[in-house]
Amino acid sequence: MDAMSVSRITWVWFALILATGLSWQFGHGFGFGEKFHYATVAILIITFIKVRFVFLDFMELRTAPLSLRLAFEAWAVLVCGTLIFLYWSGI
Amino acid sequence: MSSVELPQAARIHLPGETGVWVFILGDMLMFALLFAVFIYYRSQDVGLFAGSQLTLNQTFGAFNTLLLLSSSWFVALGINAARKSLGKISARYFAATFCCALAFVVVKVFEYGEKFNAGIAITTNDFYMYYFMLTGIHLIHVVIGMGVLTFLWHTARSAELNEKNINVLESGASFWHMVDILWIVLFALFYLLR
Repeated sequence: MDAMSVSRITWVWFALILATGLSWQFGHGFGFGEKFHYATVAILIITFIKVRFVFLDFMELRTAPLSLRLAFEAWAVLVCGTLIFLYWSGI
Repeated sequence: MSSVELPQAARIHLPGETGVWVFILGDMLMFALLFAVFIYYRSQDVGLFAGSQLTLNQTFGAFNTLLLLSSSWFVALGINAARKSLGKISARYFAATFCCALAFVVVKVFEYGEKFNAGIAITTNDFYMYYFMLTGIHLIHVVIGMGVLTFLWHTARSAELNEKNINVLESGASFWHMVDILWIVLFALFYLLR
């Protein structure tokens, strides 16, 4: 890991904090008004984008063996998709 | 030769032990099942779950999220310093991570205390059962992680930072990142979902 990636790690941390702030806003009515179901879907998508960045940049799966990276990426996609499906089917 | 000139295959690197990654994936699959069970039962009684959710202290939840995101950042910086053989700096980053973890536990104790004082317990209703169960299992991971972080701090501070020891540090760091990831999802499910 070189000096360049230190700055990337810090930018990723900053982006994760901003994304948390955005999720918080969506959870409090920002952007979607009364359409809170859409806000929830947006929150879940942002959550798993955050998870993916932790996978790739903090856990360094970006440079890990492809099979390992795919297993974790698949986890994120499958869990996100399942949660959105279960949430939506309960509306 | 700089890393830019290396072929792609030479840059492939598994951080930590294979066994640790198998454990992490297994643990995350177990949590995935618990997340799905929670959302399923929420969809069966939205009124109860949404009403109970309003009693949670969102500020505590958000603050704990900032703590764990920052802790993951510190761990990543600690690993970076260790690779440059900067053991003392690396140890300081692990100590900072430990402080974030300790603050997380303190906030959680206050949060649980708030609920118990209001007469709310794991048996109050299904929402609180899942809330205490999932955040409780996660809290156990945090406490185990604090033990791991202490070991990382000690290793970075006192051991020679050779390939084997860095591999050990990477294994512990990967476990801690998993603790962060699980909380990122728990925060959304329990505090933000509407």
